[in-house]
Amino acid sequence: MSDTTNTSGPVLAADGTPLKRSLAKALRRQKLRALLLIAPLLLFILISFILPIADMLYRSVENKIVVQTLPRSVEALSSWDANSGELPDEAVFAAMAADLKEASEAKTHTKVGSRLNYEYPGIASVFRKTGRKAKKFDIENGGPWKEELIDLDKDWADPGIWRTIQTYSPSVTSGYFLNAVDMRVGADGPEMRPESERIYMNLLVRTLWMSLLITFSCILLAYPVAWLLANLPTRQANLLMILVLLPFWTSLLVRTSAWKILLQQQGVINDILVWIGLVDDNARLIIINNQFGTIVAMTHILLPFMILPMYSVMQTIPPSYLRAAKSLGATDWTAFWRVYFPQTIPGIGAGSILVFILAIGYYITPALVGGTKGTFISNQIAFHISTSLNWGLASALGAILLAVVLVLYWAYDKIVGIDNVKLG
Amino acid sequence: MKLVKTLLASSALTAAAGAVSAQDMANELTLVSWGGAYQASQVKAYVEPYLEMHPEVSVTWDESSAEAVAKLRAMNEAGNVTWDLVDAVASDAMRLCDEGLAEELDHDEVLAAAPDGTSASEDFGDLLVSDCFVPQIVYSTTFGYRTDLVGDTPPTTVCDVFDLETYPGKRALQKRPIDNMEWALYCDGVEKDAIYDTLGTDEGVAQALAKLDTIKDQVVWWTAGAETPQLLADGEVVMGSTFNGRLFSAIAEQNQPIGMLWDMQSFDLDGWVVPAGLPEDRKARVMDFLKFATDTQRLADQAAYISYGPARKSSAPLVGKHAELGIDMAPHMPTDPANAGNVHIYDYEWWADNRDDLNAKFEAWLAK
Repeated sequence: MSDTTNTSGPVLAADGTPLKRSLAKALRRQKLRALLLIAPLLLFILISFILPIADMLYRSVENKIVVQTLPRSVEALSSWDANSGELPDEAVFAAMAADLKEASEAKTHTKVGSRLNYEYPGIASVFRKTGRKAKKFDIENGGPWKEELIDLDKDWADPGIWRTIQTYSPSVTSGYFLNAVDMRVGADGPEMRPESERIYMNLLVRTLWMSLLITFSCILLAYPVAWLLANLPTRQANLLMILVLLPFWTSLLVRTSAWKILLQQQGVINDILVWIGLVDDNARLIIINNQFGTIVAMTHILLPFMILPMYSVMQTIPPSYLRAAKSLGATDWTAFWRVYFPQTIPGIGAGSILVFILAIGYYITPALVGGTKGTFISNQIAFHISTSLNWGLASALGAILLAVVLVLYWAYDKIVGIDNVKLG
Repeated sequence: MKLVKTLLASSALTAAAGAVSAQDMANELTLVSWGGAYQASQVKAYVEPYLEMHPEVSVTWDESSAEAVAKLRAMNEAGNVTWDLVDAVASDAMRLCDEGLAEELDHDEVLAAAPDGTSASEDFGDLLVSDCFVPQIVYSTTFGYRTDLVGDTPPTTVCDVFDLETYPGKRALQKRPIDNMEWALYCDGVEKDAIYDTLGTDEGVAQALAKLDTIKDQVVWWTAGAETPQLLADGEVVMGSTFNGRLFSAIAEQNQPIGMLWDMQSFDLDGWVVPAGLPEDRKARVMDFLKFATDTQRLADQAAYISYGPARKSSAPLVGKHAELGIDMAPHMPTDPANAGNVHIYDYEWWADNRDDLNAKFEAWLAK
């Protein structure tokens, strides 16, 4: 205990630097190395998953185009009272003429027209028609612009157009989200759309309800198959596994078309039913182009996503548990229900989450076999992405779908517990 | 003789034009089309002849025309347009033009004149529906019916589609408001000239949907053009609408018992669109190809492979026989006078304004 100088100073490592610092350095290097190792994955997830979702969320509220294309008119319109029932004054028309001249030179006038047309049908052609002449506007000496514009297209005398421009002038809009829940901006704030134009909420409810049905029918069909796979001798189990995986590897379109051939009124199933006399030739069953068709085809297509997690969980359950239960006097049913089934719940959970989330995003199969009553909200999203080009509305619908999935996931975690999900 | 002369004249012309600026032209050409029989007709009628004249050029096909508008918009936002020339229907071309995604063209400047000297804009006439659009063909959406399932009196008017008593059975209609709403109003007694005025009012929309309601539970709604010929062949439907070229191949190439109902066929156009903002060398190549591919003879040649009418007036007399079947093509053209007695001209501008609104109402009606 004579050598006390060492304990009072910092503990030194072999190379003479303080141990604390050298330890921190080593740890930092380790962390950096770990980060470098996962960097490709991190970047991949960031670029292919997080950023697109962020972009989608941004697009669902973004509305810069109006104020960027028509800055003067937006400014001039801010003092106009839309509920007065009167047209804006000359200053607003003059501002619009100047904006249109600039926009038509930059060829952006039709773009803003299409944007506003989503909210008020007819605006697109007003902008298109006026824009053709706008390049020749003489802003300094021309006018009065009120008469001039109304002369070019009488729709400029419709206060509805001006109200729409005013309502959708902020660079952030709730319009797409309101539209996505079948509402719109009315004279006094948000209101429900008329009955004949409501589509999305019904579709959303239908999508969720049918996806649940599909998930349940998958559970019912997959459970015995997974049980067989887990309990047959390896050789037979492998053969059965190939039968499960073969359709999984087949093109989605092929499988969907095959269901069309099977289920249509002149199809294989109806032909057989008529042939054995169960169904009259004039009363063939309608089992496609409706909800039934969608449920059957999608259950088939998604079945492997249920079988595989169930199988891998069931494989880990030792058969001795069941034997033990029976030897203690349990009936077959009790042994299954109280001993075997609870242990398979993590597999059911994992499969259900997979199938349900995949199901609510499906659109090709419902479009082909769903008719009018068996289509999903994703069909409308696809329509707005590729046909109507209303990407803002498509984003809002997508964001709502994402929120619903997250809420359901959270509810699942509360009720069943996410720790109870196992893929094997 | 006249045919050979025009052929020689026009190819000599293009060859000369090509020689002048061949140095400044890109040698890669990415064409976007629909795939299938239609793309094949383009390959045969003008892409292969063009490549023969310009062996240095290589052509890449992208079969994305169905999503052309969305994809072009995405490419434009990403600042990397890889397409050189896009085949699109007229309404898509108009939207691309509105969005600033397509190049505005001076038709007389960039397109070849007719062999008799008529300017391109006069030769195409009313079919130049947008400044960004060079039409190739006129096609129509019309009805086919099963000849063996309609009894002794085959349907003669489009209103027979709404007549469930005389023609019981299912019908195939396209799952969109366009055409269906117009046919419904027409068969509900609205004058042809008044159809769009009527459809512009809430009562008119209600009237059209009420008419469609009378057959709603007998309708199979299709989304892909190939569905109706298949449904007809399987006997799933007794009649159905689709593109006339699809019906032609079911009838003439596959010998299905299908008849054509040309009454109130809905004319539509398909043509080329040049993406906006191409680099100079690529644009020069595109314009060179475009001029060749849309001249009088080339458009007439295309009709030998598919039953769509050439968009140039001057091409019509040059339409000959089917390249493989050897049958006269003229009677199968939607533009043939015998077929075009009563046609429906679809109003692009009106639908561009009202498509979203009517689509919402149509979808809500479908879901009811």
